[in-house]
Order: sequence, then C-alpha cells, then structure tokens
Amino acid sequence: MACTLGFLLEKEFKQFFRDPFLPKMAIVFPVIIMLVIPFVANLDFKNINISVIDYDNSPLSQRLIGKIDHSSYFILRSMPKDFGDAMTQMDEYGLDVILEIPKDFEKQFQNSQQPTLSIVANAVDASKAASGDGYLKQIVSSTISEYVEEQGYITPAPNIVVRNMYNTTENYRFFMIPALTVMLIIIVCGALPALNIVKEKENGTIEQINATPIGKITFTFSKLIPYWIMGLVILTIALIIAWLLYGLVPMGSLLIVYANAVLFIFTISAFGLIVSNFSSTMQQSMFIMFFFIMIFVLMSGLLTPVESMPEWAQTLTAFIPPRYFIEVMRAVYLKGSSFADTLPAFYRLGGLTVVLALIAIWSYRKRQ
Amino acid sequence: MRRFLIFVKKETLQILRDYRTMLIIIIMPIVQIILFGYALSMEVNNIDVAIYAPVRSNSTDDVAAKLISNKYTTFKGYLDKSTDIDRLMKSGDIDIALIFSPDFNKSQVTQGLDNPTMQLVTDAVNPVISRLSTNYILQIISDDVATSSPVKITSKMLYNPQMLSSYTFVPGILGLIIMIICTLVTSISIVREKETGTMDLLLVSPSKPLMVIGAKMIPYFILSCVNLASVLILANTLLNVPIQGSIVVICFISFIYIILSLAFGVSISAISQNQVMAILISAVVLLIPVIMLSGLIFPIDNIPEILQWISVTVPARWYIDAMRKLMVEGLPLIACWKQVLILSGMTVFFIFVAVKQLNSKIKK
Amino acid sequence: MDKIIEVQHLTKKFGNFVAVDDISFDVRCGEIFGFLGANGAGKSTAIKMFCGLSRPTSGTGTIAGLDINRQFEKIKQHIGYMSQRFSLYEDLTVRENITLFGGIYGLSRSDIKAKAKVLLEKLEISHKADDLVSSLPLGDKQKLAFSVSIFHHPEIVFLDEPTGGVDPASRRRFWEMIYEAAESGITVFVTTHFMDEAEYCNRICMMVDGRIKALGTPSELKAEYGCDTINDVFCKMAVTATRQ
Repeated sequence: MACTLGFLLEKEFKQFFRDPFLPKMAIVFPVIIMLVIPFVANLDFKNINISVIDYDNSPLSQRLIGKIDHSSYFILRSMPKDFGDAMTQMDEYGLDVILEIPKDFEKQFQNSQQPTLSIVANAVDASKAASGDGYLKQIVSSTISEYVEEQGYITPAPNIVVRNMYNTTENYRFFMIPALTVMLIIIVCGALPALNIVKEKENGTIEQINATPIGKITFTFSKLIPYWIMGLVILTIALIIAWLLYGLVPMGSLLIVYANAVLFIFTISAFGLIVSNFSSTMQQSMFIMFFFIMIFVLMSGLLTPVESMPEWAQTLTAFIPPRYFIEVMRAVYLKGSSFADTLPAFYRLGGLTVVLALIAIWSYRKRQ
Repeated sequence: MRRFLIFVKKETLQILRDYRTMLIIIIMPIVQIILFGYALSMEVNNIDVAIYAPVRSNSTDDVAAKLISNKYTTFKGYLDKSTDIDRLMKSGDIDIALIFSPDFNKSQVTQGLDNPTMQLVTDAVNPVISRLSTNYILQIISDDVATSSPVKITSKMLYNPQMLSSYTFVPGILGLIIMIICTLVTSISIVREKETGTMDLLLVSPSKPLMVIGAKMIPYFILSCVNLASVLILANTLLNVPIQGSIVVICFISFIYIILSLAFGVSISAISQNQVMAILISAVVLLIPVIMLSGLIFPIDNIPEILQWISVTVPARWYIDAMRKLMVEGLPLIACWKQVLILSGMTVFFIFVAVKQLNSKIKK
Repeated sequence: MDKIIEVQHLTKKFGNFVAVDDISFDVRCGEIFGFLGANGAGKSTAIKMFCGLSRPTSGTGTIAGLDINRQFEKIKQHIGYMSQRFSLYEDLTVRENITLFGGIYGLSRSDIKAKAKVLLEKLEISHKADDLVSSLPLGDKQKLAFSVSIFHHPEIVFLDEPTGGVDPASRRRFWEMIYEAAESGITVFVTTHFMDEAEYCNRICMMVDGRIKALGTPSELKAEYGCDTINDVFCKMAVTATRQ
C-alpha cells in the first residue's frame, strides 16, 4: 500500500506542475497576500479629512488648529467661514470631521466658564468617525493641559499611565500578518484538493480508479498529501516574508505555530473533502466553497473582531475552524502564549477536526 | 430577434433545470447579508477588566462597582498578584487590567506622572480595539480620579447617529455579493460550454458573438435583480439600514453594476483554459481585491498611494461609494456622476473585451 | 475453475427505475463474452456491479470465485476495467499513465519498465512515449487504455463499449488485441452495439430493457431466430423494447 501511494503521489505532483496556472499561483498568491494585504488591512486611521470653523481666532484656537494640522492622524482640508459652508464641502470633497470653535472660546476658558467645542463627524463609516472623534478629543485635552500649565493654573489632569502590552508600538500590521496566513491555508489545503477530486469526477477518471484495488483511504491521502506539503511550504514562505520584510517573529514557540498549522490543515482538508463529496460538478463545489470561504474570511475575526459581533453570531463562530487558528497565531506571535495558554483553542479546533473528518469519511462512497 | 429569443430561452431552461445551483444563487446572498450585516462590526461591546490593588479601599471598590454596573464592561475580579495580569491576558481572559498604587486615594490624584497612582494595562494585540477600550474605561473611571474637564466637547454623528457598523458595511456587502455571484455564474457557465464543446456549436451557428453573450447575460441579469431586491429589502427591514435616496436611482446604478459584473465574468471565461483556472482567477482576481481594495472594510484613503491607484480599477469601489452616498447620506444622483461615469465606462470596456475574445476564437 | 462469472437474479434499481432486471448467466474461463443491447438497455449498469462500482439492489453472484456483495474490494485485484468514457489521465504522458496503473496493481518499477517497453513497441507508439495522452489520436488512445487495463494480467477484463467513435481499421486492430488477450488466458467481457463485433465473440447475450432476452453462441442465436446475421437478430429483438 505504501508503494501504491508512491505511484499516486508521483502522479499528483506531475499533474500539479503541468497545470498551466497552479504552480504560478502557488508562488504569486502568498507573496501578494503577505506584501499587499498588510498595507491595506489597516483600521488604524490616518489621513482623516478635517475642516475647522474658527469663530474665535484667538491664540488658544490658533494653537489648537496648529496641533491638528501637525497631527499625523488629520489632514486639515480647509477653514470654512460657517457651518453651511463646511457641510457643502463634506458632501463634495468627502470631509470626515468638522470641528467648530465657538466665539470667545479662549475668554470663556479663562473665566472658567467651560466653553463648548463641537465635533461633527460623517458617521457613514462608523469606525472612522469614532476614531476621528477620539483623536480629536485627545488633541484637545493635551492642548488644553499644555496651555493650562503654561498659564500657571493647577493641572487638573489625572495621572493615569496607560501601558500597552505585547503590541507595544500599536502596529496594526503586526496584528494582521500572523492571521493572514489563514487565507493561504484555506485556499491551498481546502479549496484546491476539493476541486481536484471533483475534476476527476467530471472527467470520469475516478471511475477507473474505483475499479482498481486501491483503497479509498489511499486514494484520498494521495490527493491530500501534496497539498499538505505545499501548504506548509507556502506557510513557511509567508512566515519568512513576515520576518524579513516586517521584522515580525513569534514571541512564543515556532513549534506551536506549526502544530497549530498542521491541525488546521487537517481540519480544512476534511472540510474540502466534504464539499467534494457532496458535489458532482465543479460549478456546484465552487459555489459551496465560495459561500464558506466568504464566511471564513469575514466571520473568523480575521478582519473584524469576534467580540464585536452580536451574541448569536459569536456562538456561530465557535463552529468556524479558522477562528481558532487565528486566535492561536496571534497569541503565539504577539503575546508569546505557551502551549498551556492556547490549549482550549487547540481542544476546540481538534474537536471540529474530528467531527469534520468523520463526516468526510461517512459521506465518501466509492460504491454507489 | 427571434433567434436571440431562442438563445435566451435555452439559457433560461438550463438555469431552471439545475435547480440546486439556482437555489444556491438565490439563497446565498440572503444568508450572507444577514450574517455579515450583523457580524461585521468594529464596535466594542464588551471589555473584560480585572483590578490589581494591593490595598483595597472604598475608591477601588467604587471603580469595581462601576465596571460591574456598566453594560459594556465585565468585571473579572481582583487579582492576587501582578503576574496574574500577564497570565490572564495570554490566555485571553482579560482585556484590560487596572493597577492601583497602595496609597491610591481620591485626594491624591495630582502627584504627577513620575509617581502614577494608577496604571491601565491593556492588551494591545489589536491596537484599534485596545485604544477604543482604553478611552472608554478612562471615561468611566475619570469621574473617580479626575475633576471635570475645563472644556466641554459635544460630538454629533451625522447620518448614523447610533454609530452602527451596519451602515458602513451593508452597502459594501451588497457590492461584494452582486459582483461575486454575477461574475462566477457567467464565467463558469461559459467555460463549461467550452469544455464540453457546446460553445463551438453556438459559434459555428450563424449568430453573432454579441448575440450569444447577450443571451447568456439576460437570464442571469434577471436572477441578479432578484438578488438585488432581496438584499435591499433585508438591509432595510432587518438591518435597519436607511434608504435615504431615491430607489429608482439606486436601482439604476445597480443595473449598470450588474451588467458590468456579468460582462466581467464573460471576459474571465475568455482567458481561462479550464474551470479550475476560471474559479481561481475569480478567487484571486475577484474576492481578495473586492474585499480588500474596495473600501468595504478598509477605507481607501487609509492605504498607501500606489494601492489607491490600483483600487481605481476595482469596480466594486465605485459602486460601494455610490451606494453609501445614495442609501445612507441620501444625496441625489448628481453627487454620484463620477461613479456612474466610471462604472459605465468599465461596462463598455468589458463587453468590448468579451466580444473581441469571442470573435478571435472564430477566426482561429 | 470452470466458470469465472456466475450471476443469479441480479437486479439494480434507481428509485422506481429498474436498470437491470433479474439477470442470471455465467461466463466460462477464457472465453470472449459479448454483452449486446441498445443504448440504455442496462449494459453499463451491469458491468459496474461486476466491477464493484455499484451495489446490486438484490441478487447474488461471484466473480473469480469471490462474492460480489461482500468481497467486492478483493474482486478488484483480479479484474481489469476499461470504462465507456476515455479514462486515462490526459495531462500525463503515455509512459506515466502506464507506470501509474502498473503501480496501482502492485507491479514493481523494474517490471513496469520492462513491460512498458514491450507494450509501446507492440502499439507502435514508442516515439510518443513521452507525449501527453491528450495529443494521441482516438484509436491509439483506446488501444492504450485497453493495454493499460490488462497490463497487470487480470483473470478477466471488462470492456465497456471500447470501440465507440473509432474508425473501422482501428476497430479491427483492436479486436486482434482482444483475441491476443484471450489467447494469453484473460477472459474478456465486452459490451458493444456494433453487431459485426458480436460475431467475433464466443458467446453473446442480448439485453433489452434490463432483461436478458437471448444467450448463446452467434450461430446458435442466428439459427434460433432464423436470421442470417446477428444484426438481424438484434433488430428483431430491439422492436420489442418499450424503454426509450
């Protein structure tokens, strides 16, 4: 049997490298994912377009505007005369935030009258608006405390020190990169072998194989092993890119990273097999695949946090295998979590693997 | 014209007969708009906080009580030792830890930065969420540790006063779903005909390539309109995303976008040699850029300039732009003239490419 | 062993549709057994049951002394199969296909190499050994597929319409190969709807609507139905069919 497997593996590798498209994709795909997406997948907002309406025109308001102009978060677009003017600009040029400084702002401040600044944000993009609002408030309060200190008032600022753990430079890319490898594994170890098997169904070659004494387990493994190897190679390429280009290395053990990857590869392969078992044409398998890949990408916590989802959706994500892979990757890479820390995630992913593998075996029928 | 209708009938019959695929095409958008409409969100719903206070006092208990009563925070209890913070963060049990100095007291808040009375330790793995959480916690406890601010700031959130993420994401999901489904069904259906050889049959018949393509597109166009309607209705009723602008204008732009996606699918099929290739091109050329470079989740003006230029070629970017303006902001058609123009231009381009490809096939 | 196939009351239903309806017959060792019938008569379904690709709804039978209901995996070691659709890998070369199927049946690499050389010379495609199978003409493809299916020298080979779409000269050559295989001791079970090919068989069996309507040597059948050719026998029988 081991010998037969060798012949089958030889066949799979030859077919793979002879395909007009697959080998190119195997190289280009991880590179694109690792080179481009970290620059795109960034919710740390910079370049927020702001306009300031300054009715006060005092040293304090000038200082505030100067601060905003110099901040890396904001681009000061204009200084409109009044609010109507500013709104027209919001509609036309896509302003994100408008800050209105009232008349006599400085005077009221000096008289401890608690003047009111008003922020108007375009909340069509809710997270961007929230960030703009937050940054602006930070700038205002730091400007005020500076001003207050210079003027010799007692500083009312609380002395709370905020300490960022793990991702100390608050680099959003570090957050995304370890998790992005999930897309590589889903495509290479889940989608490709499934399509491969359905292709043999459509071409009729699977019937020829089924009439031979090859066991179904041998046949299935001959389909999976090449993609497992390729998945690990591509993962390694991706991790090397992360190291060379972004200087990102795991804080924890590389062994856990690979153990996690191997387990996830099993899970996603089993999932791919189920899809291939339930479809007789590539069109069908592709639709089912796309449906789930979109769910995997959008609901696994890769792009938006699982914790931000409503309760029922969070419960649903418990059955989405990539969720655990991503959790462990981020924990090991950034926090240096140990095996014991990530054990619950491993158990759950392992449980899903067993269930999916059983379904895959049950749904595979060599004999109709 | 009669011959054209015969083609349309053939395509329609083929779609109706493969009811499994048709069912997937109709149900998929419904499931996805519901799932993603609710699930895609950047709101901070729950922050797990623990307190480490070597000396417990009334003031630390006050803070704990606030954390317990606030619906967005969960108080995970007092920690016994400071090393617990690292342990619990690594296992993901807490997001933020508050460390009170032993002499923490309300009266002693003004000792300066060198001798902090309180530390806020945050798990910054996701910097954006951690910053939002930090600000939120600071706001909650600020009444306890600071006097009122000398300046009052009011914030007004235009168009989306409750700051719902669904307002941002639903128009985007709409663009994503339409693009994916339209492009995939057409590209696969044509490559399949190429593989089984029936395409040659159509091409040797005395019908023009434009007619063959048009006939393929019409039934899928109708199917896509069904999808558009179901997604819009769900977005409006279930997800409470407003439709501020004119529904006629929204449909008008959507129709252009659907035709564009269908034509794009035809172009993909023209360059693909087999079904796997068509599927992979759709996956790599379609899914990833549409999610990443369309502004669906990640705003365009936040990415490097060179990628912003690439994003110009992603049709979904313009459609999503227009949909946000029309649905959420309620602007008139004039405000989207640029998007309409670009989408129309792209549509003409892809139809041109598709017809040209088919023509060159015949000459060979 | 005298009889290599023995089948009793074999039936296959797909829902309400009875594809194979209660067939019983046997095939002797070393003979060329033809299975005739119109399209949709149930020939392929029957063959798939013998090869362990399809589970019989009811009935019993043995292939090479092994039970088709229980020992279908073991049966596969003793048979060769050439399906109706061309089923070698088009994206592999001639030599690679031979190596693959030789390997699947447990032949060693050196054995495969030696036998492949002989085979390629016999088929006169030695110069195309490293070409992709997709580039071969159909006649060569079918001969290659047949050679591959008996490469491991099985006790019996099942050929499901092996000569569909092949020109008359190639068909003749193909039948010469079938005779050669039979002489070397391989029992041949072949389905066809070319009636001239039926004359080449030792015994033939005619299927109509999933049932066996006639069985015997070509001359016996011609005598029984008072016809000059098997073609006439078939036409007489085909008019009784009710299934479309």
